[in-house]
Amino acid sequence: MLDQPNAKKQKLVILGNGMAAGRVMDELFARAPDRYDVVVFGAEPRVNYDRIMLSPVLSGEKAYDDILIHTDEWYATNKVDLRRGELVVAIDRAAKTVTTQSGAVEAYDTLIIATGSKPILIPVPGAELPGVVTYRDLDDVNLMLDAAGKGGHAVVIGGGLLGLEAAAGLAMRGMTTTVVHLMPTLMERQLDPNAAYLLQKAIEARGIEVLTGANTAAILGDTCVESVRLDDGRTLPADLVVMAVGIRPNTALAKLADLNVKRGIVVDDHLRTSDDNIYAVGECVEHRGQCYGLVAPLYDMAKTLAATLAGESVDGYIGSTTSTKLKVTGVDLFSAGDFAEGDVKDEIVLRDPARGIYKRVVLRDDRIIGAVLYGDTADGSWYFDLLKKNVDIGTMRNALILGQAYQGGVALDPIAAVAALSDDAEICGCNGVCKGAITQAITAHGLTTLDDVRARTKASASCGQCTVKVESLLAATLGDNYSAAGRKPMCKCTDLTHSEVRGFILSKELKSVPAVMQELAWKTSCGCPSCRPALNYYLLCAWPGEYADDAQSRYINERVHANIQKDGTFSVVPRMWGGLTTPDELRAIADVADRFKIPTVKVTGGQRIDLLGVRKEDLPAVWAQLNSAGLVSGAAYAKGLRTVKTCVGSEWCRFGTQDSTGLGVKLERFMCGSWAPAKVKLGVSGCPRNCAESTVKDIGVICVESGYDIHIAGAAGLHVRQTDLLGHVDTEDEAIEYIAAFMQMYREEAGYLERVWKWVENAGLDKVRAAIMDDADNRCALLARFEKSQRAVRRDPWAERAAGREQHEFTPLATLNSIIAVPAE
Amino acid sequence: MTMVPSNDFWFDVGPLRAIPQRGARTVKTPRREIAVFRTASDEVFALENRCPHKGGPLSEGIVHGRKVACPLHNWIINLDDGEASGADKGCARSFPVKLENGRIYLNMSVAAAP
Ligand SMILES: Cc1cc2nc3c(=O)[nH]c(=O)nc-3n(C[C@H](O)[C@H](O)[C@H](O)COP(=O)(O)OP(=O)(O)OC[C@H]3O[C@@H](n4cnc5c(N)ncnc54)[C@H](O)[C@@H]3O)c2cc1C
Ligand code: SF4
Ligand code: FES
Repeated sequence: MLDQPNAKKQKLVILGNGMAAGRVMDELFARAPDRYDVVVFGAEPRVNYDRIMLSPVLSGEKAYDDILIHTDEWYATNKVDLRRGELVVAIDRAAKTVTTQSGAVEAYDTLIIATGSKPILIPVPGAELPGVVTYRDLDDVNLMLDAAGKGGHAVVIGGGLLGLEAAAGLAMRGMTTTVVHLMPTLMERQLDPNAAYLLQKAIEARGIEVLTGANTAAILGDTCVESVRLDDGRTLPADLVVMAVGIRPNTALAKLADLNVKRGIVVDDHLRTSDDNIYAVGECVEHRGQCYGLVAPLYDMAKTLAATLAGESVDGYIGSTTSTKLKVTGVDLFSAGDFAEGDVKDEIVLRDPARGIYKRVVLRDDRIIGAVLYGDTADGSWYFDLLKKNVDIGTMRNALILGQAYQGGVALDPIAAVAALSDDAEICGCNGVCKGAITQAITAHGLTTLDDVRARTKASASCGQCTVKVESLLAATLGDNYSAAGRKPMCKCTDLTHSEVRGFILSKELKSVPAVMQELAWKTSCGCPSCRPALNYYLLCAWPGEYADDAQSRYINERVHANIQKDGTFSVVPRMWGGLTTPDELRAIADVADRFKIPTVKVTGGQRIDLLGVRKEDLPAVWAQLNSAGLVSGAAYAKGLRTVKTCVGSEWCRFGTQDSTGLGVKLERFMCGSWAPAKVKLGVSGCPRNCAESTVKDIGVICVESGYDIHIAGAAGLHVRQTDLLGHVDTEDEAIEYIAAFMQMYREEAGYLERVWKWVENAGLDKVRAAIMDDADNRCALLARFEKSQRAVRRDPWAERAAGREQHEFTPLATLNSIIAVPAE
Repeated sequence: MTMVPSNDFWFDVGPLRAIPQRGARTVKTPRREIAVFRTASDEVFALENRCPHKGGPLSEGIVHGRKVACPLHNWIINLDDGEASGADKGCARSFPVKLENGRIYLNMSVAAAP
């Protein structure tokens, strides 16, 4: 290197010796090696290292020496005066000097601030205890390694990129590790719920416990951490707590020096701060309103800044598009850009449950705006490149999701496509069944339906993703002899029917919506208004008490427990068990109607009183007042049990044979709250004169001298249908038992929105009769399952909401009364 | 997430987390009620809270992708431009809204205009 001792060199001082500072020097020395005398202050007592490789150091896959970027020799060769372990505490812009903690003062001509970020500490009690660490630099890693050496429990707060890497590292070091994450899914800022579901499975497969939707309330311990308490009361043992909940640009110095700081230090396109002699670069800056937390953008910034400092005239830095990869060995995960939830038209989804693969590319106007890849990330950079270059992918749309290697493929008609396959081509990946085995089975055994093929070969019997291919094979093999026999897929998001989906939920023990969508190869990322409510119901029915209801997959009526009316107001129907009420209840209803100026009070067809025209924001108060008079929700909005209509029966009527009112009340109390595929209404009449109109109800009882005739499958709506007799029982207890068993069978077998009568017609009355009337074991099992699920739902939704649950539903986000007509600036 | 006009009055209407994912809440203004939507991936959109069909409150609908299904008769409305999709024709007015540091801002110079 040529030194020119006479020319007075400019003095460049850099605050921070992290990745940005290192990169700026690399870029600068490549352009203008001798332009500046460089002094670097680094608070860390070491040279520049690759911070993103701390996780491999933690897990033991790398050593500190492997991750050095600049060694001591490098600083010497480049004549950089590195002041390691020196924290700068002040900048004097007028004097153009900086001051360190030890009191040293250094003058500059040009200053670069590259102080990076600070980890965010959540302000819970106990956060200051020894044993609580953040995850930012080598010192943190050393603390974690010390703790891991002693074994025990680690709790990692934060299920983002850093938290998961820390957890994986600690688990590899032998600690029993738990991740506590506030949001319902991991890495929610980079991943959609489907990819997050796969990620969680992979993390759990490493023996790491993952608690989502978990809020840390306190860290407990006398002299050092002993446990972590969550706000739901759970306590987790902890010898080490890692807080990895996010970072904040480290702007303290810049603020002190009165530079323009918003979230980060504000810089222009040439990385210049509000002071002409001071630049800032890396995670501490805010550029065009954007702060970054990854390396790629700071490399872009460093290039621009170095060129500027070298005196080149360059185009400014215009911001960066970022992509994320998780560095946990064995987990392949890539996410870039805008992976906003799309719909059938704007996104392409590929799921391969057997191999644990999920790929999703989000498009707008035939351009990629986002991509999430899980399990196979080989094409990540290709998509990312198409995204950054804003390439029109119109011509490769068909094969886009298959990746770069598949460009130029031609879409075939599905039947021709399977016909063209060789006999050893694999059709069903889950069960390893090839084309030849299927066609052979079809011809040898005279198979004609999908179910036949499933039973015989297992093809398409697991995730169902190859259903269409198997059907095409049936069509190709049988020719005109094959008719798809009215197979109706659930919706556009899947090729499976309702009952197939239900079957898989049970057989594969799928317990969440993302689990169903991934394992059954959904074609959209998050479903549609037809399948989401259906899946929510199926899961609720299959796993009572275990599955957490998804309010956002419910129709508004069920979300706010009232009926929406044409003007956007709601109607409220209190429950009147079996149609009975009291003067006090009537008075309470009248008072509510007065107080909330409810315009219409009407008696319903199901013997209840309907309060119509209630404003949504009044609902919780209306409910609270009705509750206090002992009235609970009539569930008049529910896909579930609504009313049990009764006549007066033997208690008052001269014809009555049994206590029809009493039975109605018992039935309603026993069955109330039960969700069903569609609304369910009951009637109990005291004699065949049938004053409760029981023979047009979903379930009706006609009391007779010798006992009870149970009727099913009536309808009195769009479609009118008289009930069929299910059978006769002798006692009231039996009537309740048989009816509940029937209800459970309907709940478990009918498709979502399929009314009782429709389901009975499809299932066949004889089959239903045999299952309930003749098979005592089956009936008892059904009853037991009904009772189990009732234990989970017998709560009054009104009381819960009057007490404040889901308050966001009932209040506006904001009310802006007056709008100031003067511009703010 | 619409075009931002030159004279901006960005009003902070609350934090993103106050709206459930795949949900909506309303903002009441003297001139109109506005529905602010949050998608599964935390994008926000604002539409007048009236379905172009028969005035259904769109804030009560099921949100899927960048769409909402009106709770009254199930018209499917695009969140980004308010247009009805499929065979239905009509448009709910959309308003500029943006997300900054976890808070939602509504452009009142547009939202308050006639
Ligand atoms: C564990 C971990 C894993 C990561 N993984 C990835 C990844 O996979 N991909 C990716 O793109 N990014 C990753 N990152 C983020 C990446 O490391 C940062 O984006 C990058 O390091 C930021 O560079 P910087 O120079 O702005 O800040 P830093 O690298 O943090 O450097 C700032 C330096 O300034 C020093 N300093 C601060 N204040 C002063 C002062 N007043 N005086 C003197 N010195 C001071 C600090 O001690 C620090 O050494 C990861 C980060 C961590 C912690
Ligand atoms: S159904 Fe029979 S018992 Fe009941 S009210 Fe009518 S006549 Fe009386
Ligand atoms: S009012 Fe919205 S669909 Fe009819």
